[in-house]
Amino acid sequence: MKNNNSLSVLTNGILKENPVLVLVLGTCPTLATTTTVSGAIGMGLAALVVLLCSNIFISLLRKIIPETMRIPCYIVIIAGFVTVVKMLVQAFFPGLYEVLGVYLDLITVNCIILGRAEMFANKNTVVVSALDGIGMGLGFTLALGAMATVREVFGAASFAGIAIPLLEEYKIEFLTKAPGGLLVYGLLIALVYALTKGCAPVKKSFSCSGCANASTCRMGECANREKEGNN
Amino acid sequence: MEELRLLIVILLSAVFVDNYVLCRFLGICPFLGVSKKLNQSVGMGVAVTLVMLIATAVTWPIQCYVLDTLGLGYLQNILFILIIATLVQMLEMLLKKLSPSLYKGLGVYLPLITTNCAVLGVTINNIIDGYSFVESMVSSLGCGLGFLLAMVLFSGIRSRINEANIPTPFRGLAVTLIAASFISLAFMGFGGIIENIFA
Repeated sequence: MKNNNSLSVLTNGILKENPVLVLVLGTCPTLATTTTVSGAIGMGLAALVVLLCSNIFISLLRKIIPETMRIPCYIVIIAGFVTVVKMLVQAFFPGLYEVLGVYLDLITVNCIILGRAEMFANKNTVVVSALDGIGMGLGFTLALGAMATVREVFGAASFAGIAIPLLEEYKIEFLTKAPGGLLVYGLLIALVYALTKGCAPVKKSFSCSGCANASTCRMGECANREKEGNN
Repeated sequence: MEELRLLIVILLSAVFVDNYVLCRFLGICPFLGVSKKLNQSVGMGVAVTLVMLIATAVTWPIQCYVLDTLGLGYLQNILFILIIATLVQMLEMLLKKLSPSLYKGLGVYLPLITTNCAVLGVTINNIIDGYSFVESMVSSLGCGLGFLLAMVLFSGIRSRINEANIPTPFRGLAVTLIAASFISLAFMGFGGIIENIFA
């Protein structure tokens, strides 16, 4: 039973509660770094590492951090790991560092990471939180990869930097620009909605009250939409 | 004169050409979340502009005179986010005390600004671009105004979307993103204009 549970925690983030396409968190890096597949995967993996580490740490410290000071504590922990990841990327993948630029710093304020800290890691044990971090991180990476594939293949006629000669004549350059990103994201969300017949994810494990992003996030809207769908 | 021209170019490019929301994708969460009504959009836009200006006024000297002189550049990220969070908290308390009416209007948006990537983004970008103090302030003002402009424009479009009959899968966020894509397309038209006018 327990095993089953942890497995579902892992897969939740990838499909049912995909942070990008279903929960719609972390929209900024999703739109900004998906012009190339390699940049998107790099961003996704960087966020995965930060998410995993911060989830583990916050889960370990959940009994020590006082309730009223929790958000600043989370932010400091997250910012610390972001700095570590940024330095590692700068040292070992200078090309990726150039591509991601300021967005690497902005992982600090990525709603996914703070959201998971607030919604999951401060209530669960270390192992489960780590699994949740991996699941959510993978979901983020996969969604970014999918979006970048659409944008790069059709917009720049290449995949991860390898040119696709067949599409060379027909590339839609618009897709690699800013408006194209918004358009592809909108279409992908509609597609996921159509495939899953509405917002399937459970609401129980998320309490919006106390969440730093409560009034900007879509959870409420999502619940309403589901209600409409049922009627 | 030359100086002034440069400042105008920085200001106008930040508002129109490099609009933080529509071209650089910073601050998308409040852009999508709080743009349902015009007065909300204005409130959020003004609050963000205010915090950006104050945050830049504090972080720029700290970066230049503390972090750079002591060789602590790697602390930039942690320090900046802490400064922004503290500033937002202080601003909230000050507003509550000094001007309750203004607090009523802006107060609810303030806590959300801490996790607004546009604020952290503008402070870090000012350092990366190597702007002087005055240039940084002008660039922050431009980014804030650009954010306000995008929010106000978008709230108008959203009120129309609310009345339209939209296919089910596109309801909610999907159609909002597609509408945002069209505004962003319109803003692409500004590309190159500013540099050419003042060249």
